Amino acid sequence: MSGIVSFGAYVPLWRLDRAAITSRLKGEKAVCNFDEDSITMAAAAAIDCLKGVDRGGVDGLFFASTTSPYKEKQAAGIVAAAADLRHNILTADFANSLKAGTAALKLALDSAKAGSAKQTMVAATDRRQGPPMSAFDQSCGDGAAALLVGNSDVIASLEASYSVSDEIMDVWRADGDTFLRTVHPRFTEVEGYQRVIMEAISGLMKENNLVPEDFAKIALYAPSARRATDVARSLGFDAKTQLQDGFFNIMGNTGAPYALMLFIAALEEAKPGDLILLASYGDGSDAFAFRVTDQIKRMRENSSRRGMKKHLETKRMIPDYKTYWLWRGLLNPGLEPYITHHFDQVAPTILWRDRNQILRLHAVKCKACGTVQYPAQRVCSKCHAKDQFEEVRLADKKGTILTFSMDYVDSEIDTPVVVPVVNFDGGGQMVCYMTDRVTEEVKAGMEVEMSFRKIFYRENMGLHNYFWKAVPIRA
Amino acid sequence: MGSIKDKVAIVGMGCCKFGENWDKSAQDMAVDACYEAFDDAGVEPKDIQAAWQGLLHSGETGSMLARWLKLDYVPITRVENYCCGGLDAFRNACYGVASGRYDIVLASGTEKLMDHYGGFGKVVPSPYDISGVEFDLPPVNAFAHFATRYMSKYDLSYERFKRVLAKVEVKNHHNGMLNPKAHLHREITEEDVINAPMISWPLGLYDCCGLSDGAAAAIVTTPEIAKTLRSDYVLVKAATIVNGAGQAFLAGDNSLMSPGESEVNFPETVHAAQAAYVEAGIKNPRKEITHAELHDCFSSTELLTYEDLGFSPYGHAIEDVEAGRFTLEGEQPINSDGGLKSFGHPLSASGLRMLYELYKQLQGKAGPRQIKNPKLGLAHNLGGLSSYFNVGIVILGGRD
Repeated sequence: MSGIVSFGAYVPLWRLDRAAITSRLKGEKAVCNFDEDSITMAAAAAIDCLKGVDRGGVDGLFFASTTSPYKEKQAAGIVAAAADLRHNILTADFANSLKAGTAALKLALDSAKAGSAKQTMVAATDRRQGPPMSAFDQSCGDGAAALLVGNSDVIASLEASYSVSDEIMDVWRADGDTFLRTVHPRFTEVEGYQRVIMEAISGLMKENNLVPEDFAKIALYAPSARRATDVARSLGFDAKTQLQDGFFNIMGNTGAPYALMLFIAALEEAKPGDLILLASYGDGSDAFAFRVTDQIKRMRENSSRRGMKKHLETKRMIPDYKTYWLWRGLLNPGLEPYITHHFDQVAPTILWRDRNQILRLHAVKCKACGTVQYPAQRVCSKCHAKDQFEEVRLADKKGTILTFSMDYVDSEIDTPVVVPVVNFDGGGQMVCYMTDRVTEEVKAGMEVEMSFRKIFYRENMGLHNYFWKAVPIRA
Repeated sequence: MGSIKDKVAIVGMGCCKFGENWDKSAQDMAVDACYEAFDDAGVEPKDIQAAWQGLLHSGETGSMLARWLKLDYVPITRVENYCCGGLDAFRNACYGVASGRYDIVLASGTEKLMDHYGGFGKVVPSPYDISGVEFDLPPVNAFAHFATRYMSKYDLSYERFKRVLAKVEVKNHHNGMLNPKAHLHREITEEDVINAPMISWPLGLYDCCGLSDGAAAAIVTTPEIAKTLRSDYVLVKAATIVNGAGQAFLAGDNSLMSPGESEVNFPETVHAAQAAYVEAGIKNPRKEITHAELHDCFSSTELLTYEDLGFSPYGHAIEDVEAGRFTLEGEQPINSDGGLKSFGHPLSASGLRMLYELYKQLQGKAGPRQIKNPKLGLAHNLGGLSSYFNVGIVILGGRD
């Protein structure tokens, strides 16, 4: 029986008031900080999904997005490392379609069913970009979803699935394009979205003798709140009680992970026995029916999981539309966040050699005296024992700010640059950047956790440099 | 002027495997080299009272070494002197002991070039704050100037000159084959050298040493303490550094810029050698120096240096090479460990790597490379820009 073993999500802390785009607009959309992208959000969702789960049992990671930072270079491998998954796993990127997330989910479910992978993580994520003030700019939000798919201990088992492939020029972005393109919205939404997602859902229900009343909740991708309601009604669902809220006014359409995020939100409220419909859209549609099991209680017992609910409950507002474009990297293209780093020559050899301490945030613990040290040493700082270390993960440890500085000169984007010295619970200390903070709230003694971020993008190398930053504990 | 002759002894040395050590950091290599030296000397890291660390590309301040080795609050000086960084760190360590201030000190040289696209090896950086208009001459070009000048001075045909350079590199590759710590392990033929792709005429691929990562270290103490640690300690006979001030640009001193007026090839090497020979009491280096490690950054540099060090009369190094004088079995083996050619040249590590070989030869522990009756060994480094070269020379001898 294949199905969902665990879920996790990520919604950035920051929200843009849509009125900042145009005064007549209502609501907010979730927006990445300047140091976040589809890879960092996927990592955050994957880590959320791993709470209460033995990461050693994960046999694969599928990354699904239309906005991977690299054209050639796998994002899944970076996310798998940040999530500290095993080395001998299958990783793959699913790209170029808004239904990349559900395509990855389908193949992960099939792998579980076939027994070729006991557990596969699907991490869907997007940071899409419409032209300034365009309809896309108004509707698109950023976010990520992670589903751990397996063949035992499932919280929701797959009952049925149905896929449709469809070709239409409705929403696209060519190689080299910065912004999304589209044509007339009534053409794309009616002849594209509505026709195709309904074909997939109808096909699923017909093939499996299901009727709308069988479903407790339906989680649908939709380009707008209105279209989701139209689809639900046209198929005979009660939009008021059965349609999962699309968070359109608090998060926005997050693209490839969108349907999965809504599915996770539905799971958060689900009871054992509930049947949940999940349907995506983008160059076709994938529809799934999942039956919630008794194991769903397990998800609620782990209070550290943030899922959709806690991520949506915590937010900060971006000051203005100009800041939003600065953070998107489009107001001053090529500007790196930190002047100090700008003069560094990045050595990919070191990124490789120190990969465990950089991507996995592993410290070393002296086997002779037990002292945790970051970065890795050859000789113990405390007892001077040589080469007697084991690696320990700091990424999931909480820490306390011992002291900090605030630099008002080093950055045109991240001012002031907050640099705390963090003492980790269980030992270990590191100096790092602090992000997603409110300057006035940073204090010595403050509790922090670690978040996988992009330190900078080096334009002349085409290199995205990822590392961990401290963040305030997010509810 | 005083002398440190016989006032300082080496009681331990270490040298890591040189090469493209992608999986090793500067820290890893320094720890490997220094701990080999500690073990060899039978001392503990806590016995080290002061240290000098040769380092150009892999970090600044002496604290890099403290951080790697966890030396607790001892004075450590970072020494940077281009290709002479290692020998200069060693020289400073010797003075630390000879002055009476310290009993046991550490000299270490570490360089991690391959994290920096070869770093120094590709260009000789002008001062870091530059206008961008200064001529930044890749070393191979600078040394090709000297090679070409040598050919024209002695009216040598390219064919004969190149055949001699080939013999130098066949020797160095052969010696490197016998050394597990060398970067390159490959026998080559004279034809390989002669037919190799040209890098900067007349120097081809095999005339050039490689780029690599490496580290080496020495434990230095007084002869009195040395006696308590081991019977086969090695004595320091001389340690010098000279820095060129542009004198070679003046007519009359350097054959490079003033054709026909002088036989000298590298005046900085001549001056450094004179100082070292005075300190060590050496009258006839061709007879007294039993083995040497020369700065063979390019085959021609080794050839020209035989003359500047007095191993060959001016204009006659070619005949000595043709006679096999400098091979392992020859009268005066040079670069018995394979030289820069086999080790590559991680700047500040090279000088101490050379001392490692001299030390092992003097102890009779050079294995298949062991030469007969080593008495006095000389190490030579040359670095920097033409006429502003810095040259280091250290001479070691066995105890009486």
